[in-house]
Amino acid sequence: MGEFIDALAIAVKAGIGFQAVFLALLALGINMQFGYAGLLNFGQIAFALVGAYGIAVSVSQWGLNFWAGVAIGLAAAVALALLLGLPTLRLRADYLAIATIATAEGLRLLFRSVSATPVTNGSRGISGFNSGFVELAPWDTGRRYDILGVRWSGADLWVAAVGWTLVALGCLLVWALVRSPWGRVVKSIREDEDAVRALGKNVYVYKMQALVLGGVFGALGGMIYAVGTGSATPDQYQNANTFLAYAALILGGAARVLGPVVGAMLLYFIIQFADSGLRSLIETGVIPEGLLTTTDVAQIRFVLIGLGLILLLVFRPQGIFGDRREVMLDAR
Amino acid sequence: MTHPTDRVRRHGRRSRSASAGLPTPGSARRRRGQTALRLLLVALFTAGLAALTPGVAQAEGEQVSGTLRTSASGPIEGVEVVVATPDGDEVGTDETDGSGRFAVPVPGPGQYTVTVPEDALPDGVEFASGNTRTVTVDPGRNQGVIIGLDDGSRESGSGTVRWVQLLVDGLRFGLLIAMAAVGLSLIFGTTGLTNFAHGELVTIGAIAAWFINVEGGVPLIPAALLAMVIGAVVGFANERLLWRPLRRRGTGLVAALVISIGLSLLLRYAYQIFFGGRSEAYADYRGQRAVDYGPFNLTDKDLYSIIIALVVLVLVALMLQRTKIGKAMRAVADNRDLAASSGIDVNRVILVVWMMGGALAALGGVLLGLSDEVQWDMGFRLLLLMFAGVTLGGLGTAYGALVGSLVVGVFVQMSTLVIPNDIKYVGGLLLLIVILMVRPQGILGSRVRVG
Repeated sequence: MGEFIDALAIAVKAGIGFQAVFLALLALGINMQFGYAGLLNFGQIAFALVGAYGIAVSVSQWGLNFWAGVAIGLAAAVALALLLGLPTLRLRADYLAIATIATAEGLRLLFRSVSATPVTNGSRGISGFNSGFVELAPWDTGRRYDILGVRWSGADLWVAAVGWTLVALGCLLVWALVRSPWGRVVKSIREDEDAVRALGKNVYVYKMQALVLGGVFGALGGMIYAVGTGSATPDQYQNANTFLAYAALILGGAARVLGPVVGAMLLYFIIQFADSGLRSLIETGVIPEGLLTTTDVAQIRFVLIGLGLILLLVFRPQGIFGDRREVMLDAR
Repeated sequence: MTHPTDRVRRHGRRSRSASAGLPTPGSARRRRGQTALRLLLVALFTAGLAALTPGVAQAEGEQVSGTLRTSASGPIEGVEVVVATPDGDEVGTDETDGSGRFAVPVPGPGQYTVTVPEDALPDGVEFASGNTRTVTVDPGRNQGVIIGLDDGSRESGSGTVRWVQLLVDGLRFGLLIAMAAVGLSLIFGTTGLTNFAHGELVTIGAIAAWFINVEGGVPLIPAALLAMVIGAVVGFANERLLWRPLRRRGTGLVAALVISIGLSLLLRYAYQIFFGGRSEAYADYRGQRAVDYGPFNLTDKDLYSIIIALVVLVLVALMLQRTKIGKAMRAVADNRDLAASSGIDVNRVILVVWMMGGALAALGGVLLGLSDEVQWDMGFRLLLLMFAGVTLGGLGTAYGALVGSLVVGVFVQMSTLVIPNDIKYVGGLLLLIVILMVRPQGILGSRVRVG
């Protein structure tokens, strides 16, 4: 029973820690693109990657100010979105999907390659760029704090606090946008592109705006993650995270303002709970070693996510909060 | 002193960390390709390797050691290696043994020069950059010495032309992609599904053949045939257990696409649990030496891979062109409703497409595992290149996938003429984006397919 409580506490911490913020921001971006505009961005992690490295490279390698790094990261995300959108947004949905998934993989390979090592430090990554941010915390970041029965380091708490503030502001922005005329156009593009075009709207530009906005959210997520872990390595930004974010979004409910946020918290909670639960079950011998070992647990989470994604889409595509009529899953 | 693992990594070997995902795929093959290409073989003996060889004086005290060998000459025996202080005082000598090894104890830490007499090498083998090395020996260390040897078959040497070599490597790689991509393209054409789990069909073939071959002790060729059967069965199960019921429910294409991503995640990490994060070679056809064909070199297994892939693809093309079921496949891919109304059993055709796609992908996986070793995420790494090939050729057309995959394979290999090897896949993915910009319908695709 004690182990159960421990696993629960760890899971709660994961559900409100900066990793959940990371996932929530990724999912928020995907919600803008996929939920509202119907764009299939399967490379959201690439935006997180450029955001994180925007800070890491400019602070650690070029010696710039932290906020200059944030600006560079955001600019890089906008540039990436434009680059991806230009050739593909006029085409059928799956072309964007293939191009983005390819870009996410390609960028990661590029950042960890030997030839990029002078800038990105290869697969070892960059660290030591977050002190300018952690110093801003109004409390002592060196201490540890007890909240909800779990111990937090001051720095983690600060990153999570700023992160959730960002998520709240992001939700507010999305909420305001989708109620505006702009949001109505974007949603109608999701429903029927040709009809919108017939009304004289420039569909291409609206799609591009949604893609850029979602990409910026992704970059912010990457920044929070990089600042939280204090390092940026290419392999942190594997594309499995994009699908994790999709799972979070669909779990919470696509095309709902709070869907991605609730989904991300819940998903992280479930993953962490399953993780530590399985570990303690293996350690106490309830699950025999022959069947599973503790090293397999990290893989089990992806198996579970995959299974969860399939089951959700088959049986409840609108997730927890979603409206079935609004979910862009029956499209072409 | 370079740490041995660092050295390995710098040479482009894939890192083994279990979840690190995609380290330079194909680098193993490429490494071999490069060996075949340059045969600039380095007589290399790191301290780490020396530590693995117990016989070589594990005694306390410092020593220098190394190996003289090239791929063409094999180990070079009976060469007198001289170790001296920087001032020229001789410390000791050793004659290389049957495996080309030498080891000379030295009196203490410090700098030493290692010299191989210039005239001691067999005919055709030369020093790549001088016959002397200066090494620094740390206290208590067995210091490895690397003396670069060149057995004369570099590009300037016996006529291997680098771009021809890369072209042949690229064709071989392209054929492998094509074999896996035909199924992907036909499935897209007949059902509209962009199957992100297709790479897992490639992996299942490779892994199944590995278990049958290595654990079961069955020779690789029957093991590959069995793997194809397993691939077909998995394809069958895919269609019957998942996609047909979903089609009946009227699941949208976008939902199906996300489901295929979920399936891909599920299978991929299940393979990792089942197979482990390591990469493994098959038991047969290991360590083949490249055969010289004039402007290019090729190992026998690579040659047979090319022949097998060519034969299989020609058979597929013949089937599509001549047989009833092949014509039905093309008809369904072209216009499903029209095909159904002219009496074709669409569901049966789709089932056959899935089984054929599964078998072909499995065979592609076996051949890829033969040249690159088997890994749990090998199919997923190939998937993006398959997409590039299929998109290039035109989504949904069988011949387009063939042509496009060949172009992608050749492009990826040839791009290493100008870009570093470890980012050659980036070049392939860039090509994909450029194609989308210039000719989204692909080489053989028709314009109407593009929305």
